[in-house]
Amino acid sequence: MADFVLYLRLFQYGFRRHSTYLAAALAGAFTNTVFGVLRAYVLIALWQARPGLAGYTLTEAVTFCFLTQGFIGPMQVFGRGLSFGDRIRSGDIAFDLVRPAPLLLWSLSEDLGRAAYLTIARSLPPAIAGAVMFTLAGPASPWFVLSFVLGIVVSFGWRYLVTLAACWTTDDRGTHTLSALLTMFFSGMVLPLGLFPGWLRTVAESSPFAAMVQVPADVWLGAEAAWSTLGFQLLWALALLGLGALLTAAARRKVVVQGG
Amino acid sequence: MGDYLLLAWTWARASAQYRASFAVSIVSSFAINALDAVAIGIVFTHVTTLGGFSLREVMFLYGTGGLSFALADMLFGNIERLSQHIRAGTFDTMLIRPVSPFVQMAADGFGAHRIGRLAQAAIVLGLSLPVVPWSRAWMVPVMIVCGVVIFTAVFTLGAALQFVLVDAPELANAFTYGGVTLTQYPLSVYGDQLVRGVTYVVPLAFVNWQPALYVLGRPDPLGLADWLRFASPAAALLLSAAAALAWRAGLRRYRSTGN
Amino acid sequence: MIETMSLGRDFKVRGVVVAAVHDLTFRVEAGEFVGCLGPNGAGKSTTIKMLTGILAPTRGRALVAGLDPARQRKALARRIGVVFGQRTTLWWDLPLRDSFELVRLLYKVDRDRFRTRLAELTEVLDLGPFLKTPVRQLSLGQRMRGDITAALLHDPEVLVLDEPTIGLDVVAKAEVRSFLARLNAERGTTVLLTTHDLGDVERLCRRVLLIDHGRLAFDGSVAELRALVPGQESIEDVVAHLYLSSTPAAPRTPRRTPDADPPTVTA
Repeated sequence: MADFVLYLRLFQYGFRRHSTYLAAALAGAFTNTVFGVLRAYVLIALWQARPGLAGYTLTEAVTFCFLTQGFIGPMQVFGRGLSFGDRIRSGDIAFDLVRPAPLLLWSLSEDLGRAAYLTIARSLPPAIAGAVMFTLAGPASPWFVLSFVLGIVVSFGWRYLVTLAACWTTDDRGTHTLSALLTMFFSGMVLPLGLFPGWLRTVAESSPFAAMVQVPADVWLGAEAAWSTLGFQLLWALALLGLGALLTAAARRKVVVQGG
Repeated sequence: MGDYLLLAWTWARASAQYRASFAVSIVSSFAINALDAVAIGIVFTHVTTLGGFSLREVMFLYGTGGLSFALADMLFGNIERLSQHIRAGTFDTMLIRPVSPFVQMAADGFGAHRIGRLAQAAIVLGLSLPVVPWSRAWMVPVMIVCGVVIFTAVFTLGAALQFVLVDAPELANAFTYGGVTLTQYPLSVYGDQLVRGVTYVVPLAFVNWQPALYVLGRPDPLGLADWLRFASPAAALLLSAAAALAWRAGLRRYRSTGN
Repeated sequence: MIETMSLGRDFKVRGVVVAAVHDLTFRVEAGEFVGCLGPNGAGKSTTIKMLTGILAPTRGRALVAGLDPARQRKALARRIGVVFGQRTTLWWDLPLRDSFELVRLLYKVDRDRFRTRLAELTEVLDLGPFLKTPVRQLSLGQRMRGDITAALLHDPEVLVLDEPTIGLDVVAKAEVRSFLARLNAERGTTVLLTTHDLGDVERLCRRVLLIDHGRLAFDGSVAELRALVPGQESIEDVVAHLYLSSTPAAPRTPRRTPDADPPTVTA
């Protein structure tokens, strides 16, 4: 019970910490919207030439575009790490690793708070603007909500690993860029994964990145059966969180026992 | 200008000392920007023309827009960090120096690592060159220079905006990075209103679209006047004048409101 | 060398105009060493910003080295040196030596003069051991010595320091103080510093300006300042007494705190 209260507090803290930057979030939402409009026109040109491409109608393709623009904030598609990255650089991470509450759950609660705030501040504006300017398809399934949350958890699991990797590298810029690159490309953020050719499509669709963006969008569009897609997301979420727990233990050994 | 070159050179030399992270930065900026080009490649596995333009022609647009942007970004892109400097108080330390804060900021941490973006755009442009007829090749360097000026002006306007919106620097990205994204595709794919907007209001159409219509010998899909395709230098000058005024006004405001 | 005439500065805080500095008039002659005291938010930093050209005054005017800071900022920059104790003017990622090279380029100091000056300062301030260290790895004391050097490479006539000893340990403090005293005595550089450290004032300043609620509350020597509150032993108690007895209701200078970067995501 006490644990639950702690994590609830952390969730609230993550929410509040981000809500102090309302102007920044709105500016981000505006930029996401502008990019959404630009991407939408390219997709419209493509779908007008090849209707039904990747199994989407034109309306679904445009909907996909604005949904994924809305995912940028909560799913952190540009691969930014978690807030404890700075504490690894400064060495303060040692204090976090010896706390009685595990770092993984601690930062997951905080990150969910962040995502909750950004869903309001950064996901809704592009979606509303898109619906005003273009015709969008409504959600096909109530399971979208669960799929959306799982997408955030998978994104967290991935970013947790990337951030924690800094315990073993001297310069973490390389890993962060690589993470951003993989996330943007294989999540469906650049183009719907259904457009990818042959084997690239297979690889992308089975990656954890697809579970962050492509899959929740497909659940919204009703493109796939909810059960198999949710199962896919759940599997990746558990796998990444499990790896995260193992890596945390390794980090504790390295930082606390060996002293960095 | 001399100040700028000396400062930038000192910075580039200093940053090259950290060889490992320097190389990582170059490779990352190359790869991140190559994603857009890969996306175009994937689009063209499904169609032969987009908005009425072939793959080579789209690559020409992508290459010219991208190269102009990469140069502007490398030389002056750092001014987009204005709000960071204001919040950290480092902008004040620039004001106690006898060189314009614009020059100091542009040269600050001079982005030699942005060579990655430059190389990527140059390669795509190089591959597209077979679509350019010899008799019209002279326009290519002209449009790239005008594009650099226009993007620099857009960066400056974005920075000037940050004097007012210190907490929302990301707003400028819609125009800078949004601008380069816009110019990477033929404007014929976008809606008429949007094209008119970027022709007459924020003149991004003059970065590459209008001059490219001349180079590729295409009629304007919107039926806009033919002389517009030679108007890039004028558009670049007008926009720079507006940007310079905005920057001055922003700086005056900063010094008189004490943000 | 420094002159202010009814200098005043207002800020707008949530739509209400608040005067951070009222009607400030004083004069500092060439070669003087003046300390500027005042509680937090009294208007010291605002005054320094107006004297260095960072901020334009709302009323009145200032003359520093014969120039108007508001209108002739760049010309003034060549004639004055400025040090902020709370933030560095050096480049965080560069070795100290490279920071100095950038300062040389900014101020167009010729190479020979730069070399001689840097050699002198390196010796006096004992910079040798960390010239090649990136600024972010320097201790606070080392960084402050680096900052002071950077402010003096172009040989300014006036040196303005905003809380130069803040956060320094006793040894570093003593080094900085003795250097500033020598600079003033040997080169005749006019020095104006703001501080909360009364040790700075007692050991360095022949003259003290006390700014409170944006007004000049006292201008005189340290001895005269002491005489103001008879019966108090230490200068600290004297100043504390003066701060406490001043009208507390008046508005304070709004201070913009540099907070952490908002979590932004680029598009």
